[in-house]
Amino acid sequence: MHIDIHERRWIIASAVMLAVFAVAVVLSALSLGIRLPGREPRSLAVAAGFDPNEGWIRQLGPQRYEVNLFAQAFFFDPGTIEIPAGSTVTFNLHSRDVLHGWKVIGTNLSMMAIPGQVGRVTYTFDEPGEYTMVCNEFCGLGHHVMAGKIIVTP
Amino acid sequence: MSTSAQAGAPPAADQSTFEIPPATKRCVMAFILVGFAHLAVGIVMGFLQGMSYMGIDLFPFVGIFDNYYQALSIHGTFNVLMFTTFFILGFLTLVTVKTLQRPLWSTGLLRVNFWLTLVGALLTDWALLTGRGTVLFTSYAPLQAHPAYYIGLALVVVGTLVLLLNLVVTYIHWRRDNPGQRTPLMAFAALTTLIMWGLATFGVVVQFVGMLIPWSLGLLEGVDPLLSRTLFWQSGHPIVYFWLLPAYISWYFMLPAQNGGKLFSESLARLAFLLFIPLSLPVGFHHQFVDPGVSEGYKALHAFITFGVFMPSMITAFTVLASLETGARSRGGQGRLGWIRRLNWSNPAVAAQLLGMIIFALGGISGLVNASFNLNLVVHNTLFVPGHFHLTVGTAVALTFMGTAYWLVPHLTGRKLWGGRLAIAQVWLWFVGMLLMSRGMTWAGLQGAPRRTFMAGATYKLPEWTSSFQLLGVGGAILTVSGVLFFVILAATLLNKARVEASEVEFPIATPLYQENVPGLLDRFAPWVVVAVLLVVMGYGPMYWQMLNDLQMTSPGFRSF
Repeated sequence: MHIDIHERRWIIASAVMLAVFAVAVVLSALSLGIRLPGREPRSLAVAAGFDPNEGWIRQLGPQRYEVNLFAQAFFFDPGTIEIPAGSTVTFNLHSRDVLHGWKVIGTNLSMMAIPGQVGRVTYTFDEPGEYTMVCNEFCGLGHHVMAGKIIVTP
Repeated sequence: MSTSAQAGAPPAADQSTFEIPPATKRCVMAFILVGFAHLAVGIVMGFLQGMSYMGIDLFPFVGIFDNYYQALSIHGTFNVLMFTTFFILGFLTLVTVKTLQRPLWSTGLLRVNFWLTLVGALLTDWALLTGRGTVLFTSYAPLQAHPAYYIGLALVVVGTLVLLLNLVVTYIHWRRDNPGQRTPLMAFAALTTLIMWGLATFGVVVQFVGMLIPWSLGLLEGVDPLLSRTLFWQSGHPIVYFWLLPAYISWYFMLPAQNGGKLFSESLARLAFLLFIPLSLPVGFHHQFVDPGVSEGYKALHAFITFGVFMPSMITAFTVLASLETGARSRGGQGRLGWIRRLNWSNPAVAAQLLGMIIFALGGISGLVNASFNLNLVVHNTLFVPGHFHLTVGTAVALTFMGTAYWLVPHLTGRKLWGGRLAIAQVWLWFVGMLLMSRGMTWAGLQGAPRRTFMAGATYKLPEWTSSFQLLGVGGAILTVSGVLFFVILAATLLNKARVEASEVEFPIATPLYQENVPGLLDRFAPWVVVAVLLVVMGYGPMYWQMLNDLQMTSPGFRSF
């Protein structure tokens, strides 16, 4: 099979470029710890007094919190989450009805809320400010009012 | 099946003189026109959506459509499920019959095929237009549409499989009658496209037949949303190559001839098409990177295979550009890059494809961003994603198909293309409009703006999104003007009293630059199909096993309309 020398070089260069990108992705995942959601057990181990079917925020320790977050047409529960800067928060994301999206603008937090599944992600909020969280998956006619806030106090 | 290490001899006969039977031509025209009819409606919806981003809510004035999301459902379904499928079924039939130089195995079946696919489309169209299908083209459960929405789409998919059958049997007969011959390139690429698509339909067939249709009819109490979504995207990624590969057929095998040049490399062209069979199928998790319920490890596997499916497009970039260069230089082009000016820019079909290619480069890059595993955290479900796919299916594919109509409709009907240079203006307007709109989308998306959202009514608009939304809206308005112009030209051409001779509107067929020995592997399908099946089993099997063990068919339908 005849491959022109320039085309051969182009193909090799393309493959090298893709390999470089792949390595960058692997490094960012493993050494920077930027991970994607995975499979989680459906039931949560919760402390007494915290109903796994309700939305809440509870403190686990100094600068350490857990949020049980429900996405529902057309609001988040809890809709406003207030934490001090420097806190590390674990979110458990559920849907009470249809598919929703959950994106906290200005952070790497982005996850689907799928009925029947729990999404779990942990994030440290270093910067104070008000972060808007929006639903970014069509969930019905009120989709465009579905938003909430994470307030990170200094 | 030939077992020789080399593919057969190249065709001796002149490929360009075969007369396509009139009944086949009529069917091809019918498919293409039904496709364009859907695109027309889809573009009108797009205009309303673009205006919403500028804060201009036109829905109260339009009346027929209740809300943004109905228009968006129509926009997506009509454009990427109906327009694409109908055009492609017509186009693949055309190029196969023309280059195999024989009628289809069954022209009667082609006619049945058309009516079956049309009935399916009309069912889904009805559901969408009457507000019973406001579930967007992805129809994610537990959102539930009227049964007609799902049944119609299932019939459209059946329609594609019926054509696959018709073309495969035609090909088997051609092989029997032409032993030792290499398969003509366009027919080979058409078969590759449909074989890949046939394998891809597994996901949606199981999803629609096994879950969504019985569920919407009330025969199933509930479905498992994660399983439903996973099956959808198993088909949902290869479908983009079902859209793209027919455009590649034009770029590889027609465009060089339209520029007075030759195909730079036959072997690499064949390889590029064949690679899509194994590499397009086991990658659906890159649409589910932020789904809970799918393991991170399998998401990573799909991400790496997705990087692999970038390679045939990189090969295409070189081969197609080199083929263009041969043509431009034969027309007097000089210099390292100066030859670009000598391409056949004054032919609107050529201009459409060249501009489509330029934009496709941007589309490919943004696709790589989407595929980059954790980088998806930045762009998932933001406007970046539509910013990406309006460049690819919305331009590389749609503009190529519109450009193709500029020679194909005159060729099939004998009527002269109406409007002279207006067609060239239409093509450039699409190019400019798309650059602006897509830039607005990608910019807003990187700032976190969600997709699929009625922005004119949103309660949380961030001030930094305003400029990008304005760019989006202006680009969308220009695209609408271009779209209207296309349909004016198309209608006027169909009604044009001025005629053309078939010889004046040639069916472009590029010949290879070099006569080379093509490896046998590049003229066969079976080995590629086997590898594809193995990769799908590997890439999806374990996850499906876990999902089935965890199955919760408990989500009832939610009707948001």
